[in-house]
Amino acid sequence: MDTILFLILAVIAVGCGINVIFQKHPISSALSLVGVMGALAAMYLQLGGEFIAAAQIIVYAGAVMVLFVFVIMLLNAGKERRTSPRIWARWAGPPLLFLFVGAVAYVLESFLPPSGDVRFGGFDGGSAQAIGVRLFTQYLLPFEVTSILILIAIVGAIVLARKEID
Amino acid sequence: MPPLPAEPPLTWYLILSVVLFALGIAGFLFRRNIITVFISIELMLNAVNLSFVTFSYKLKQNDGHIFSFFVMVVAAAEAAVGLAIILTVFKNRQTLEIDEVSSLKN
Amino acid sequence: MNYLILSLIKTAIVVVILMHTLAYLQWIERKVIAHVQLRVGPRRVGPHGLLQPLADVIKLITKEGMIPSHVNLVFYLLAPFIAVTFALITISVIPFGPVINVAGVRTGMELTDLNIGVLFVLAISGLGVYGVALAGWSSNNKYSLMGGLRSSAQMISYELPMALAIAAPLLIFNTLSFREIVVKQGFYYFGFWPNWGIFHSPFPQIVAFVVFMIAGFAETNRVPFDLPEAENELVAGFHTEYSSMKFAAFFMAEYANMVTVSCVATLLFLGGWQPPWPAQYGSIYVPTIVFLASAALCFYHAINPARPFDRITLPVFGVLFLIIAGVFLIPAAQPILLPLFWFGAKTGAILFVFIWVRATLPRFRYDQLMRFAWLFLFPLALLNLFVTSLAVALTTK
Repeated sequence: MDTILFLILAVIAVGCGINVIFQKHPISSALSLVGVMGALAAMYLQLGGEFIAAAQIIVYAGAVMVLFVFVIMLLNAGKERRTSPRIWARWAGPPLLFLFVGAVAYVLESFLPPSGDVRFGGFDGGSAQAIGVRLFTQYLLPFEVTSILILIAIVGAIVLARKEID
Repeated sequence: MPPLPAEPPLTWYLILSVVLFALGIAGFLFRRNIITVFISIELMLNAVNLSFVTFSYKLKQNDGHIFSFFVMVVAAAEAAVGLAIILTVFKNRQTLEIDEVSSLKN
Repeated sequence: MNYLILSLIKTAIVVVILMHTLAYLQWIERKVIAHVQLRVGPRRVGPHGLLQPLADVIKLITKEGMIPSHVNLVFYLLAPFIAVTFALITISVIPFGPVINVAGVRTGMELTDLNIGVLFVLAISGLGVYGVALAGWSSNNKYSLMGGLRSSAQMISYELPMALAIAAPLLIFNTLSFREIVVKQGFYYFGFWPNWGIFHSPFPQIVAFVVFMIAGFAETNRVPFDLPEAENELVAGFHTEYSSMKFAAFFMAEYANMVTVSCVATLLFLGGWQPPWPAQYGSIYVPTIVFLASAALCFYHAINPARPFDRITLPVFGVLFLIIAGVFLIPAAQPILLPLFWFGAKTGAILFVFIWVRATLPRFRYDQLMRFAWLFLFPLALLNLFVTSLAVALTTK
């Protein structure tokens, strides 16, 4: 059952991932990425990360990608012009990527110690409470630094976006 | 073909993460639209998050979750600034093609 | 398999009730607005227009579904589907009543009790933007695009005060599960004053409730924040190019979102299915009295009919209300029906406010809408969260 669920989600994730890079229109790419995020969120649930799954949907799919879609709509971005990449990039790129994936998969399968299987409910440290406790005790400093980062990002975004008005 | 295991091995999740990461790299390298390039970066970040959560399951610690939480927050900040930059670029040059934004090149 | 069958039964019940609620919500809205404006509203189809929703559904189904030639077909067809799916999914984590025993089976009155229920609702309602935004974009029409853009900006902006308003009561209740939240609101101060979210110690959440409701109006694109579909400037906004069932899907999504917002407000701030005063002071007789009063009203108007056919129709409704009033007195049915009555009453009251506001308030201008969200609502929600957290921190050991 877990395997079937994983396979379904993996097929959705990879299919949407392929769609991201092969669709000519940015809005199709953005929506395919939302599909990937949804599949990954379901996978996080399988891995016991219920809080991170909810955060994935709220922050990534619900906020970041909406922003992307909003900007694409605002700029009325059309289809991407077909440009021919350099000859070596076209012929060497995909095989190199396959090589990369193959090599990492080989290393994972052969050199990693037998890591056991994923069973739903096998790990329950991902609840909102558990995450919150760690976040506000051990990881308090990174948390505060991140909030300052967000503040800087907001100010930066406003400054950048205001420039065009005047 | 061997029968499917009842429970997927952890390495499958990691391989899926690698595949998604490779797709992200491919999009980043081959696409010419700034927004799509940006989207590919987000895809790579997502792939890395998956491996964090997988290792978190393996080690039975939620540090991986917290780490991917931080990645999400930073990605949100990055999206805000990045999209503001894209807006500015588009206002100044009326293009989203990454090759045409190259005035520093010469 | 027992769990599966139970889930299927519960799903069937919830779906049937929800669909009827959505259909009749529209009838109620038309009737209420009509009476606010001194009209009578729909009354041609069936007694008092009660079959109007059925007629509307038949009309929408049998209408020709036109697809304009200039649209982006995939997204054009996907958008209403996305909108209605995400609008309906949220109802699955809303508990309508306590855990009950029916014929020896013990089950909670909801589809599923997630321990991250509140986050789930936030997440799914955040995804609802895609339906509207995509509809606006794929229609390939200036007005639709404007509607879609306005809607996505508006929904992103109002999600912030909404989330902050939800966060404040969560600090007090210390859980993310709707069921536990309601259970924690089941006590009374001084023996009679309910400790609902809006009255809960250490800091009453009235401000959060108001902020949540205002943000809810904006999230559901209702008057006074219905900029995305402002008729007199944008034709019909994002659904200008939609007809037939595709239009009905957007319509249904809007009403489903209204129901969800009302349910969440009831659960977080108004104590869910908990009665407003304890049972020993007679709160169990309230439904009986309400329905008896309704029956009496029906009989009175049947004796002095305003229209000839009222003499026939109103007594029928009166007898129906009498039967319902009697059912609420059966001791075996009370544990099931009383929570449902209180939940329905509170949710219905909030839904009535939605309709009432639509009938009375004018529409905001777009810059006013944004200024209101960022310069008033957001700081207010933040301040409320700050004070709440301070109060919680000072009172917990």
